[in-house]
Amino acid sequence: MNPTATALRAGWRRGLIELRQSLTNGADLWNHAFWPVLMLVVTYFLRDVSFGQSGFSVGALALPGILGMNAAMAMVTMSQLLTAEREDGTLLRAKATPNGMLGYLVGKIVSVAGGLIVDLAIFLVPGVLLVSGLVTGSPDSWLTLAWVLALGMVAALPIGAVLGSVFSSARGQGLLILPILGMIAISGIFYPITSLPVWLQWVAQVFPVYWLGLGMRSALLPDAAVAVEIGESWRHLEIVGVLTAWAVLGLVLAPIVLRRMARRESGSSVAQRREKSLQRVG
Amino acid sequence: MASEQVVLDVEGLRMRYGTTDVLHDVTFQARHGEVLALLGPNGAGKTTTIEILEGFRMRSAGRVSVLGVDPAHADERWRARVGVVLQSWRDHGKWRVRELLAHLGTYYTCYATEQITRPWDADDLVAAVGLTAQAHKKVRTLSGGQRRRLDVAVGIVGRPELLFLDEPTTGFDPVARREFHELVHRLASQDETTILLTTHDLDEAEKLADRIVVLDGGRIVADGTAEELSQRIAGEDEVRWTHAGQRHVRSTKESTRFVHDLFRRYGDEITDLEVRRASLEDTYLSLVRRVEAEGAAR
Repeated sequence: MNPTATALRAGWRRGLIELRQSLTNGADLWNHAFWPVLMLVVTYFLRDVSFGQSGFSVGALALPGILGMNAAMAMVTMSQLLTAEREDGTLLRAKATPNGMLGYLVGKIVSVAGGLIVDLAIFLVPGVLLVSGLVTGSPDSWLTLAWVLALGMVAALPIGAVLGSVFSSARGQGLLILPILGMIAISGIFYPITSLPVWLQWVAQVFPVYWLGLGMRSALLPDAAVAVEIGESWRHLEIVGVLTAWAVLGLVLAPIVLRRMARRESGSSVAQRREKSLQRVG
Repeated sequence: MASEQVVLDVEGLRMRYGTTDVLHDVTFQARHGEVLALLGPNGAGKTTTIEILEGFRMRSAGRVSVLGVDPAHADERWRARVGVVLQSWRDHGKWRVRELLAHLGTYYTCYATEQITRPWDADDLVAAVGLTAQAHKKVRTLSGGQRRRLDVAVGIVGRPELLFLDEPTTGFDPVARREFHELVHRLASQDETTILLTTHDLDEAEKLADRIVVLDGGRIVADGTAEELSQRIAGEDEVRWTHAGQRHVRSTKESTRFVHDLFRRYGDEITDLEVRRASLEDTYLSLVRRVEAEGAAR
């Protein structure tokens, strides 16, 4: 077998091992469950609040958006993991292994995407039972859900890797969460985007979170719900367009940025960052 | 054992950060199967040198050839032939010992050759570094010494032809240190692995290395076997004796002649004669002191 195929397979296995690890230890399980459970609580209280004259509950409108938001958050997870594992030397270990960087990246994508599917399931399964007015009976819904999710991952994860290599410390990484939260706030997930000022609607439409949310809504909401969307359309073509654009951007940038970051890694830089983080604690 | 084939060839290596030179004209070689120790005080440039050879750091000037390849432009095939153990690792805390070694081994499968089976079988490797009892423990629960042995295991999982060890025994207790030394001997003699290790522990350099290169202030100040170094450099033997109830101590470069003269003059009156050869430690200290004195004079 050629080295690249070996590394891809090793990466796939690596992803599965890491996924298993994160599902069998308390701290990680807590992280997996925290957001989905919190969101479930929110959805529960929103299930009877109706949105204007539309006849839909805010809960039903928000549930698919929350799925989209979770998917977008995988981007943050990716970038945080990358920063943390650069700090602890995992990346350098990958660099010291033949084709290790490729295996590492594939592993990360598999484990983060796998973890996301677990998170989504934790939220979606009880969520569907709690909230009425969702379309869950037709295979079409699940098919749409699947392609939007898959495309969303391809768009979000490489961008996450890029963001992860831009910040050199876990602390800088913490700042990243602010703009992401802002992006989520304006993305129309918690309240239909058409109730926001028009200029804000345009800003929101630049980022993948809105499109992920829209895609999820198109999958799970009945056709009548389209009335509260921009242009009263699910805009599948635009979803594909924007998410693909982000995916291409990420896939072009990620290898360049990662390679640059990897070139700078050495034992003493890892040791230096270790010293720094110890000082912070002390 | 060491053959004539040069595995590591460094000539005129320089490293400069900004306006400070941290390596000046470093030149040395290592032959196939040789254990070479890079010895020197902290800040001497040992880690910088080893990182350049590992391909993790770009050099400012000079010629470097590692397994016949310039590490600055080496590919993954070269990477598979080289093992690296850095000073500090904290990675893969959630992984289990055997699981990690088996996983990292898979990257090497396609680099096996007729002479070298790659990777090292995970169970054999765990046993070789003495971690059998910890094989199914999580990495982050290991003690410092155990963690270090795991680092070494990861470094050799691909059965490298050349192994870099950066201060490998820091934090070892005496037993762990002895076991580690035996492992290094085994690697060098049975597997003909060429090993470059850095240390500031003289005793370790003397026990492990076929040859010692002393680095200080970014320069090589000595290069040779432990014996050669002791002889070549102004290490003085110490002679102690008792004459007429009086204890005497004298340092001399030529202890044999001195003792001979002593007996010719006093004959049987000399008692409690003791001659202590200059140790590598004396040699090393006098070397470093001399370099520092020269540095101060410049």
